[in-house]
Amino acid sequence: MILSRRSVILSSLGVAAAGAIPNFAYAAATTPKRLVFIIQRGAADGLAIVAPTGDPAFASARRALADETAGGTKLDGMFTLHPALAATGGLYAGRQAHFAHAVATAYRDRSHFDGQNMLEGGGSRPYGRDDGWVGRLLTLLPPAERDALAIAPAVPLALRGTLQVGTYAPSRLPQADSDLIARLSGLYADDPLLHPLWDSAVKTQELAGDIGGNNGRNGADLGKLAASLMLPADGARVMMVETGGWDTHSGQRGRIAAQLRGLDQLVGALQTGLGPVWTDTLVIVATEFGRTVEVNGTGGTDHGTASTAMLLGGGLAQGGMVSADWPGLATAARFDGRDLRPTRSLESVIAGAVAHHYALDPKQVMTTLYPDA
Amino acid sequence: MDMATQYLAANRFGLGRRYDDPAISDVQGWLTRQLGEYDPAPAAIAALAGRGAIAAAYVEYQEDRRAMRAEAAAMSDEEKGMTPELRRLSRSAIRRHYVDATAARLSAAVATQTPFPERLVHFWANHFAVSADKQTVIGFAGNHEFEAIRPHIMGKFADLLIAAVRHPAMLLYLDQAQSFGPDSVFATRVRGRGNRQAPGLNENLAREILELHTLGVRTGYTQTDVTSFAKALTGLTVAGLGRGAGQRLMPADAQPGETLFIDRLHEPGAQTILGKRYNEMGAKQAETVLRDLAAHPATARHVATKLARHFTADDPPAALVDRLAADFLKTGGDLPSLYRTLIASPEPWAARPAMFKSPWDWTVSMLRALKAPAFGERQNIAAMFTQLGQPIWRPGSPAGYDDKVATWAGSAALMQRVELASRVAGRIGDRVDARQLAPLVLADALTPETGQAIARADSPGQGLAMLFASPAFLRR
Repeated sequence: MILSRRSVILSSLGVAAAGAIPNFAYAAATTPKRLVFIIQRGAADGLAIVAPTGDPAFASARRALADETAGGTKLDGMFTLHPALAATGGLYAGRQAHFAHAVATAYRDRSHFDGQNMLEGGGSRPYGRDDGWVGRLLTLLPPAERDALAIAPAVPLALRGTLQVGTYAPSRLPQADSDLIARLSGLYADDPLLHPLWDSAVKTQELAGDIGGNNGRNGADLGKLAASLMLPADGARVMMVETGGWDTHSGQRGRIAAQLRGLDQLVGALQTGLGPVWTDTLVIVATEFGRTVEVNGTGGTDHGTASTAMLLGGGLAQGGMVSADWPGLATAARFDGRDLRPTRSLESVIAGAVAHHYALDPKQVMTTLYPDA
Repeated sequence: MDMATQYLAANRFGLGRRYDDPAISDVQGWLTRQLGEYDPAPAAIAALAGRGAIAAAYVEYQEDRRAMRAEAAAMSDEEKGMTPELRRLSRSAIRRHYVDATAARLSAAVATQTPFPERLVHFWANHFAVSADKQTVIGFAGNHEFEAIRPHIMGKFADLLIAAVRHPAMLLYLDQAQSFGPDSVFATRVRGRGNRQAPGLNENLAREILELHTLGVRTGYTQTDVTSFAKALTGLTVAGLGRGAGQRLMPADAQPGETLFIDRLHEPGAQTILGKRYNEMGAKQAETVLRDLAAHPATARHVATKLARHFTADDPPAALVDRLAADFLKTGGDLPSLYRTLIASPEPWAARPAMFKSPWDWTVSMLRALKAPAFGERQNIAAMFTQLGQPIWRPGSPAGYDDKVATWAGSAALMQRVELASRVAGRIGDRVDARQLAPLVLADALTPETGQAIARADSPGQGLAMLFASPAFLRR
């Protein structure tokens, strides 16, 4: 039996705190601030999301993928937004979107495992901390604004800390994401028993489990769910939403377009669902690291270093701009000769945005969220 | 052909390597040692309620039903609408015993340091299957494995057979508690009162013992053998729980749930079964038949074939079956001797893992590999195995679950496992490094392809899910 992702069932997994489960019956809250952290697991390609089309080395390095962003929103003289991010482009025009480019955590190797651990934990080395930056942020917030929830089967590292956090899983057995399914297809390819079984299993699977599936509508459902969990007076104030499927080693063009369509609809549904509360909402979208500047032999990109992060919401300090100390894409300018060179720390981007959002002392926020920095 | 001795020892013979198990240097020595270290009553199981408490839940249920029937007769239609709810309440105590037993079974399997005997417990419980889709079996199903199977897997097959058959779960499941000698004192008296519906024989248990537990199907026994054996079995019943008039014959001091032999229910006289005459000896008559059946060459072959299949593949090598059957006959069905023969035989070690793990095997091996708890405390173990397609102690037939690749290797079943692995990975994936875990749990069955796929996973969780969904880990 494959359970529908639409059948929202309260999960008993993880350290779900009963008090953190929102009651849908209450009216909208009066205290305003909301924070959403959308993690892009798998290393999202910042060069495809916010493409430096004005960089002279861009077209030759990206070859077949250089026109991925054709038809996208022109952000400024240098950058073009991926066309699948139409609603996000609209936010940018209304000064409700900011893109920080050439950013990376302190991590410089290329393991997803270690990179995500650093992004979430906020430590200075992989597996250096067993709590996360969002979990530590909660301690700085007034008690009324501390209710945190993850749409996940268990509390992700980013939300772990001294305060209790809820989890909310859309179904009891979440469907495997399409990326895992594709990888298993590869692993089973030469297995005479598993190959045909898996083939038929995949054909009957609707792939409704990831944001890119179902022409972006899965992203919209996830955004709608997140908004409904944050809107009530006793709803979550801080939310983490997990997205996977960004590891585009092959066939990047179609895959990343589907992913971004899902992300765009997720953000759009959040904005719509939150209504007037959107003005007091900050959405941070970030990934563990970026991807290679050059396209590989299978129409994809490999693990890189710097990427782009998005800040979205009604009260941004610098809405409607791309911030970057742009390092350039020429071979000599690249990190290790292959990756977009990080010129700014992702940690400082996150801490700065959070401090502005909650009107907190930026220094205190930085030392709390990233005590090892 | 390249071997996977370490993996086979841990998964074909054992239940998967635990995260904290040391490497096995001498696989045969490791397995043999377990035969002496086996614990029939590990803590999780010893802590469960016993037969008496389970029987008490049934007695209460029966009394509730009687009371409800009486009340219902005097009830308005509106009031009658409430009775299903009340009935569910009294059922829940029985169900509780089942749910607790499934959790204890899993916990013992995950924790055990003697996984080979533990696997044999599961094997024999399936050989002597009872099925909890019958209301009278639900509460007792776990107790059957814990009190009838577990204490006897290191003894003689005959003693295991007798214990499995005499347990209330089996007597209730295969209707023995309602089988009465047609010419027993009891039936004769009922007939004498002019009652046409005199209690009679139920052949169910006798037939399944011959077909499933001992000789095997189509091994030459006849309908007359079945009937005669059923007659020999009469008198064997369960105190306090069976239906019908026979309950009145229970001795006053009998504890509900106790297995009893009641002479007045027993068919008098000699019985001839498989050409041998069994004189009237009361309870001893059936026991003598059972001991003869246990020593029969067809039984030796039947048991040898099932054991050989479980430790090799769908079509077990004839040489292994022959060797086990000869061993069975030579030792008078000494079970540890069979286990030692299995360990020492080349066949179970001769090929890459070919058996597809059952949902039970797969889940247990996954949990053994993980230090962090894979499920929340409120996870309903029984419901999870139902979802995976192998409800515990509920195979739906006295034949138990079929032990073949095709039984478990289905496309939806495979997707179920991947989804469960994803869920577990989502819960604890970032606390486990699948890159380090893979060489430990897959050992010499780890292929470069699987190692690479795990290393290239897009998150720690995905890596862990791929480990549990890998072709090697799905097999044993």
